[in-house]
Amino acid sequence: MPDLAPDLGEIFRREAGRCTATLIRVLGDIDLAEDAVAEAFAIAAEQWPAKGVPPNPGGWITTTARNRAIDRLRRESTRTDRHLAALRLEGDDMPPDRDPELDALDSFVDVVPDDQLRLMFLCCHPALAIDAQVALTLRLLGGLDTPGIARAFLVPEPTLAQRIVRAKRKLRDNHAPYRVPPAAELPGRLHAVLATIYLIYTEGHTASTGDSLTRVDLSREAIRLARVLTELMHDEPEAVGLLALTLLSEARRPARTTPDGSMIRLADQDRGLWDRMLIAEGHTLVRACLRRNQPGPFQIQAAIAAVHADAATAAATDWSQIVALYDQLYAMRPDAVTALNRAAAIGELHGADLGLDALDSLDGTLLEDYQPYHAARADLLARAGRRDAALAAYDRAIELTANLTERRFLEQQREATALAHRT
Amino acid sequence: MPQYLLSVWFDEPYDDDIDLSAPETQRQIAPISELNAEMQRAGAWVFVAGLSPATSATVVRAADGEISMTDGPYAETKEQMGGLWIIEAADLDAALDWAAKAAVVCGQPIEVRPTHA
Repeated sequence: MPDLAPDLGEIFRREAGRCTATLIRVLGDIDLAEDAVAEAFAIAAEQWPAKGVPPNPGGWITTTARNRAIDRLRRESTRTDRHLAALRLEGDDMPPDRDPELDALDSFVDVVPDDQLRLMFLCCHPALAIDAQVALTLRLLGGLDTPGIARAFLVPEPTLAQRIVRAKRKLRDNHAPYRVPPAAELPGRLHAVLATIYLIYTEGHTASTGDSLTRVDLSREAIRLARVLTELMHDEPEAVGLLALTLLSEARRPARTTPDGSMIRLADQDRGLWDRMLIAEGHTLVRACLRRNQPGPFQIQAAIAAVHADAATAAATDWSQIVALYDQLYAMRPDAVTALNRAAAIGELHGADLGLDALDSLDGTLLEDYQPYHAARADLLARAGRRDAALAAYDRAIELTANLTERRFLEQQREATALAHRT
Repeated sequence: MPQYLLSVWFDEPYDDDIDLSAPETQRQIAPISELNAEMQRAGAWVFVAGLSPATSATVVRAADGEISMTDGPYAETKEQMGGLWIIEAADLDAALDWAAKAAVVCGQPIEVRPTHA
């Protein structure tokens, strides 16, 4: 992000993605669009403090960026393709000479919402690896700069810069279309968008490496993207489910860590700290999408989060409902994460031994290097009173944990297990 | 219109002496011929070829005005390209749709690469 005054920074976060999305359509090139938007914000940073913020800042930025891009294309029109792009622009419905400040409200603004959807589908194109999808989404839609994204994911900056450059080049070289996919392809393509946004959220929720449990910016950005998506695709219950899930998870953030940054698990959290506003919004969304009776993985996970949020105390949790929801989720998506959560819920409902039975029915060889498997096993073994096996499972889980906060938590659990069964 | 290379890949060296008249081979080839016809009707087809095994390859190099040759494929991997299409498609998504059909009829993974526009 350019160095802007506080309210300009806020406008940048809100508008940069939308402006870039529209400029990519108009210019037919991601890099040109990004440069033009950056230039327009630099001009805004110069002019707005003196002249005031225009009534429609997004429209102003888009128009200014577009006009700057045309100027640039004219200057650099030795390259044929750029020249053609400039000609194409001039044939557009907006003459380039208009004064952007008189043009604060313009025809671009109407089409911006669809452009943002196009950009989401472009960034989350299945031909890109998931880490490239995430980086590109944060960069183009979130307006996060490369060093910021690199810090958030604890990836060296050159690695991340390279990842973004390659992704953009791949999309360009392959003539990736800039559109919302047709109905037949939509479910699969939408799933990729939802999965990317959720990955950004979970990375912010529990950073997979490093010593801070939360990356608040990433979570906030993921929720913002989920909101944009539900506004644009309100007929998609899974998009609504994703937003509900992120809001209900976010509601617990204040209770997830102690002041010194240690992790507090769900059962031990002070529920008075949960954000009631977020929970209320999440509940409303869960009810709204479940009424449509087109269940999907995100809606079910949101429903599970809603059941947790309903319980005034951990002991009051309706585990039979949670197990039923996990059964439904597992039938839909029989993956390891779901299986582990289901086993843990069964452990709560029917006792640790049955929870362990559910875990043991999984293929342990496939889960040998999967940290959550060993953490879940350790917890159930400790509850079942199988001390030595529990300690061994904790050791394995600790060994596989890169996040220092989570590691400390597991070490404390291990210690508690060792002490509890000593006598 | 953009052009793409769709290449057909095999994990292991494949057999050289295929009997094209054998009913089993014919059964495998028929859906590929149908796909070629479909590509031609759609105006997507530019070129198609099946390749002899990589052991039949020769690499030719030019250095300092000298031409040299080596026996065998350039890449020393056991994976090898067994065939290829060049297609024209409006965009990546259209090319990927053709690749999906090719993967089905060939029963092998298909690599999609754009040519320089």
